[in-house]
Amino acid sequence: MAESEVLLEVKRSPLETTMMMNMGPQHPSTHGVLRLVLTLDGERVVDAKPDIGYLHTGMEKLAEHKKYQHVITITDRTDYLNAMGNNLGYVLAVEKMLGVEIPPRAQVIRVMMAELQRIASHLVWIGTHGLDLGAMSLFFYAFAEREKILQLFEAVSGGRLTPSYMRIGGVMADLPEGFTTRVLDFCREFPRALEEFDKLLTNNPIFRMRTEGVGYLSAEDAIRWGVTGPILRASGVPYDLRRVHPYSGYETYDFEVATRTEGDVYARYLVRVQEMRESLKIIRQAVEKLPPGPVKSDDPRVSLPPREKMLTQMDALIYHFLLTAEGLKVPPGEVYVAVESPRGELGYYIVSDGGPRPYRVHIRAPSFANVQALPLMVRGQLIADVVAVIASIDIVLGEIDR
Amino acid sequence: MEAQATRRDIFEQRFGPHILEAKEQWGELTLVLAREALVSICEVLRDDPAFDYKMLVDICGVDRGVEADPRFEVVYHLYSLTHRHRLRLKVRVNEDETVPTVTGIWPNANWYECEVYDMFGVRFEGHPELRRLLMPEEWEGYPLRKDYPLRGYRG
Repeated sequence: MAESEVLLEVKRSPLETTMMMNMGPQHPSTHGVLRLVLTLDGERVVDAKPDIGYLHTGMEKLAEHKKYQHVITITDRTDYLNAMGNNLGYVLAVEKMLGVEIPPRAQVIRVMMAELQRIASHLVWIGTHGLDLGAMSLFFYAFAEREKILQLFEAVSGGRLTPSYMRIGGVMADLPEGFTTRVLDFCREFPRALEEFDKLLTNNPIFRMRTEGVGYLSAEDAIRWGVTGPILRASGVPYDLRRVHPYSGYETYDFEVATRTEGDVYARYLVRVQEMRESLKIIRQAVEKLPPGPVKSDDPRVSLPPREKMLTQMDALIYHFLLTAEGLKVPPGEVYVAVESPRGELGYYIVSDGGPRPYRVHIRAPSFANVQALPLMVRGQLIADVVAVIASIDIVLGEIDR
Repeated sequence: MEAQATRRDIFEQRFGPHILEAKEQWGELTLVLAREALVSICEVLRDDPAFDYKMLVDICGVDRGVEADPRFEVVYHLYSLTHRHRLRLKVRVNEDETVPTVTGIWPNANWYECEVYDMFGVRFEGHPELRRLLMPEEWEGYPLRKDYPLRGYRG
């Protein structure tokens, strides 16, 4: 710990050819509290060693002490830029164990939220990526757009960053009045903002010089290191869980899986920008196909009965009591369910012993795998490129350290 | 479901004596392997085109309870991009025993194994640098063990 308090630490080898430098954990470009121990030869990076754990809060341990319904609030806080997506992955895993049917309206709402969240997450990425490379104005434009999405989340759930909107068996509540109009308004306005980003970055000579050919990762290495998400797709592997293992009805939506073959920082940029366009397409389709009906399963094992029934019918009262006092009855066993988060494959491995609390919850965080491959991408590059590469990985320390 | 069942047979034919238990639940296949056979089986699983598990998705630990024997489970999730199949492998281990490392097969096992060591105290033999990954180096105890209190030993 004492070592990390020293911001810049210089150690010289006997031949005085390489130097160790400590980057982070409080460095603006590490997007949180990632610490990198760099071995440098002049300005060239000989090796990099990521050091994680500064944000470890014991979420997996905590989950073992919460009832199944209550773990949803913990998932919000792992990858705090993708709260809706985390909720979705977790509830899908529990629903798989319970074998609960989800009403079609809830399915469509879930997809709509997950894709809005993907755009919001990519907006944080594009803003901070630009900021890291000196394009400051973009940050403000991106956050102004993201604000619109957060306001939509606030309208449906009351929360902006930690909505806990998805529930086991459906979603918390139906969409408020006029919500779809607001979503469509966003869908209409957002392409203009995307075009603006395009003008600012895509053909910006400085941005291209800082990103093209930087941080190369081959498809083979990406697979060997378990890298997923936009980084893998930017290396030419069209692996998107929404397409290869569809969940929540993704197979019924028309969208492209954005891929590039260059495998550098610029390719990752192009992939993510394309993904925002595809997400917009999915959101529009979701609004179009949004069926009427309930937003929560009426299965008494997972959903509270309606208030009037609870007050007038004995069996409804019993179910209400059992659910709130005892919790869900999840059959013993284990399950691994993965969803496509903005950063890659987000997996939930849950072990149940039949009790009301999960026996073990493990979160397979995409950033964890992606940041482990960081040394491959920065070896031989310049110090300044490390900043660009970290931004292109789009790390969220909340899910790396959990 | 039928394809899954035949897959299970394939594994049993191929690695029969080393599989201690094969289980299918909710469409997911789990094989519990003998520890000494883990590395050789993983090598086949990665290199044989019939399996082609090129991607190690995840490794995590499970404490089966203070009384259980063997106490810990190390769970491996593999994925084959060509066959689009997942596979779950498990080895069981006691506190005083070690698990052979798979870092030689999938390099990204490095951090995952460190995390299992950090959280459960399971040691991996042959690991290049087994260390605390998330907890501070001088930390005492293994937080995800079932006998480790939620708020830690110091309250």
